[in-house]
Amino acid sequence: MSAYALQDAAPEAAAKAATISKPENEPLITARNVNVFYGDKQALFDIRLDIPAKQVTSLIGPSGCGKTTFLRCLNRMNDLIDICRVSGDITIGGKNIYDADIDVVALRAQVGMVFQKPNPFPKSIFENVAYGLRINDLAGSKGELKDSVERSLSRAGLLEEVHDRLDALGTSLSGGQQQRLCIARAIAVEPKVILMDEPCSALDPIATARIEELLDTLREKFTIIIVTHSMQQAARVSQQTAFFHLGNLVEYGATETIFTAPKDERTESYITGRIG
Amino acid sequence: MTDILKASLPGLKRRHAAEWRFQLYGKLAITLALGFLVAMIGMIGVSSIGAFTQTQIALSINFDAESLDPQGTRNPATLSQANYGALVKAALRDAFPEVKGRRDKRKLYAMVSSDAEFTLQNKVTADPGLIGTTQKFWFVASDDVDQLAKGNIDASLPETSRRMSDKEVSWVKQLRARGDIQRVANVSFFTSGDSREPELAGILSAVVGSALSLLVCFVLSFPIGIMAAIYLEEFAPKGKWSDLIEININNLAAVPSIVFGLLGLAIFLNIFGLPRSTPLVGGMVLALMTLPTIIIASRASLRAVPPSIREAALAIGASELQAAFHHIAPLALPGMLTGAIVGMARALGDTAPLLMIGMVAFIVDIPSSIVQPATTLPVQVFLWADSPEGAFLEKTSAAIMVLLLFLVLMNLAAVLLRKKFERRF
Amino acid sequence: MSTTEQPVFDVTTRRGLRLAGQAIRILLIACSLVAVLTTIGIISSLVFEALRFFEKVPVQEFLFGLEWSPQTAIRSDQVGAEGSFGAIPLITGTLLISAIAMAVAAPLGLSSAIYLAEYANKRARGLIKPALEILAGIPTVVYGFFAALIIAPTIRMTGSEIGLEVASESALAAGLAMGIMIVPLISSLSDDVINAVPQSLRDASYGLGATSAETISKVVLPAAIPGIAASLILATSRAIGETMIVVMAAGLSANLTANTLAAVTTITVQIVALLTGDQEFDSAKTLSAFALGLLLFILTLLLNVAALRIVKHYREQYD
Repeated sequence: MSAYALQDAAPEAAAKAATISKPENEPLITARNVNVFYGDKQALFDIRLDIPAKQVTSLIGPSGCGKTTFLRCLNRMNDLIDICRVSGDITIGGKNIYDADIDVVALRAQVGMVFQKPNPFPKSIFENVAYGLRINDLAGSKGELKDSVERSLSRAGLLEEVHDRLDALGTSLSGGQQQRLCIARAIAVEPKVILMDEPCSALDPIATARIEELLDTLREKFTIIIVTHSMQQAARVSQQTAFFHLGNLVEYGATETIFTAPKDERTESYITGRIG
Repeated sequence: MTDILKASLPGLKRRHAAEWRFQLYGKLAITLALGFLVAMIGMIGVSSIGAFTQTQIALSINFDAESLDPQGTRNPATLSQANYGALVKAALRDAFPEVKGRRDKRKLYAMVSSDAEFTLQNKVTADPGLIGTTQKFWFVASDDVDQLAKGNIDASLPETSRRMSDKEVSWVKQLRARGDIQRVANVSFFTSGDSREPELAGILSAVVGSALSLLVCFVLSFPIGIMAAIYLEEFAPKGKWSDLIEININNLAAVPSIVFGLLGLAIFLNIFGLPRSTPLVGGMVLALMTLPTIIIASRASLRAVPPSIREAALAIGASELQAAFHHIAPLALPGMLTGAIVGMARALGDTAPLLMIGMVAFIVDIPSSIVQPATTLPVQVFLWADSPEGAFLEKTSAAIMVLLLFLVLMNLAAVLLRKKFERRF
Repeated sequence: MSTTEQPVFDVTTRRGLRLAGQAIRILLIACSLVAVLTTIGIISSLVFEALRFFEKVPVQEFLFGLEWSPQTAIRSDQVGAEGSFGAIPLITGTLLISAIAMAVAAPLGLSSAIYLAEYANKRARGLIKPALEILAGIPTVVYGFFAALIIAPTIRMTGSEIGLEVASESALAAGLAMGIMIVPLISSLSDDVINAVPQSLRDASYGLGATSAETISKVVLPAAIPGIAASLILATSRAIGETMIVVMAAGLSANLTANTLAAVTTITVQIVALLTGDQEFDSAKTLSAFALGLLLFILTLLLNVAALRIVKHYREQYD
């Protein structure tokens, strides 16, 4: 497949809706022959991966191994980086997301993202969650919007703590609360997939525990892919695990298998702490 | 669960159209701004072309010994007092014998610039051997003839709506037919000072005035500026005083330039009694204006020097002063110089404060020191822009182009300096 | 073997060196104080001369008077010597031209800044930014000359074509030229401010499926508003204090109007008119120039301080 330079489909091109259908046994996301370059430097080598629907898949590996890079390919956030080139096929629900008729804006509404450092907008809590709904024309009436916002906040486990001050600035919350606000913001538009890039690395253990609890309930509705530095976290929250090392996908399978009976010796070295 | 993509489909088109328009506004704004720049410089440049050429008229001068040197002594005093104007008039009458009547004759004499007699005087004093001969010389034409020759006076208009009468136009035609009119490079534009006659006006006095003013400005503002910057960056204890000084400097940088002119008028001229309209006072006012710029730029370059250099110097026993002057300042010097050049470029173009201290006078002589009355290039532009004679239009444009050229050179120098000495620490 | 008494570890400084160091320090401090002295000089000279003016003309007449025709008698029995020194028409004239300038500069400057910060690639930025800086480096006399020579007559001709009456020194002409001159100021200040908005906010917005226009207008710009407001205030301050463009392209007679096609005069034009030419230094006429100067200084100072306050107050929101 030819290399893709950055940028979304031209506005003139018909933005064909990529209906994401999910037969239960088929993986939701497939990646084949994915190579990523930053300028002349290659960051990912020939990645081949299947991600099932409505489960938590974790991507683990030492720093700089390419897991965040791969994550960002899934919602084409790498398009925002000038020197980044992505080649290969990535399909979500059977549709190749790098096709010319894909509208990147619509894609990102279907594939949400939570970042490493909580980044709520300097707006009110309400407006933070409402933002995605408003720009995607999902706001509806005032009452409907309020319901949507409160539902998202509740699903993110934050509503109880902030229900009486939805007008307060999102940035006035604690670190853990801010991250849950970002989760609420991401799930408000009801994406099919949620990507999480080390969402707990900037949080204290208690806040981390709360978010890990959340993941279990969220996966009833959403497919979740989480990049994590902590193997313990991966073991706790995910059903599938993929181990990356120096830009290669070394091993991939059920979390339990990866951690108890790894097939590759590099996986074993990482898990036992000898590398990374 | 609602399929989000389908629901937002009609919306998607609208949103992408809005995005396209948004980008377009940005490009349009930049195009407009830069288009204005090109139009402004282009139009001024085009109208300046005429000023670089000068029209000259050839006349046969009869150096009549009777009128110049009746005694035959060739005494320089006598020679310098002779009536050369009469020679020019005689030559014109000879060229156009059909012209009668005082009014017409006056128009005829006015075709040649008023400096013709001085040109003759210089020639005879230099070479008295000319007396008694008849020679053909080229003389600078008057501004009307010059403008007509350059096509700026439309000869096809009815006589009453133009500056030159039909007769004058026909004389010029005749001269052209005889080959007695030529266009040469206008060297005097660069070698003479201002003049009431547009055809003789030049920018030399203004250029020298600008140079002297900038010299005074640099000599005052650069040392004081970098010393102040060194003190504030390296030595000043953090506290109320240094905050106050910093606020002061930032404020001064934003004060309108005309206020500095008022300061110069009230204090330098009235209290100190310094001579009005001189590069000394002009330079002092410009220095006060440039000082904040130099201090701010110098502080930035000092800050760019890594603290490890200071620590290394102190560690081998240098005093704080030695560390500052022997080690840190030299590394920051290129940046400070660049800031100074940029400040000077700004000072070169500044007009308002100089108007306040009197540099609006009509200065003909080239100033030879900083305490002689002078004008500067931008002030000269301002003065000429006000003149009613059409011929000053091209001179003003030309002066502007010269001014812009100097600015380009100075900024290029700053860029080159920065590139050459740029260090990545 | 000769042994001279040498202290093993001499850390005392020599007296001469220390004195020289002191002298240099004093020199350095003196240089830093020049800036403070300048400010003191400006304030004191303006206030002093303005006070002398207010001895001749009451403050209320100056600040609230609606007529400006400064005349002073050359002879004590001269007829028609009563001048009026009401500064209101000057203030309105200044504000009118500045408003036109800002109406031109703000949209152009902001749009340019947004494009440069969010859309232009490195190469385009490298070309456009210096080009805009050139606009800033052109002396204001040149703008004034162009305004008087080309812009004003063009506006006048266009006006008469469509049946409007346009003065030959319209506020519109001066304001337009001034506006273009200010564009680089707004553009570069706003560019810095927009670039300072953290990338993480943009990432969050794009991650939710927003277009670049939505991200910029709903997330980046609102976050940058304090800085942009400050840059606009600073630009207004610059416009108010501008002299040469208005001297060459705006009118001389005080005119209390909001008509952009009429000729108005500004504070700076009057200062120049009052002080160039032969004047008795002590007459009310020339002293009024200092009162105007003081007024101008205070106005621009207030604006600059306001801009600084806004930046300071909202900076906390980010850190």
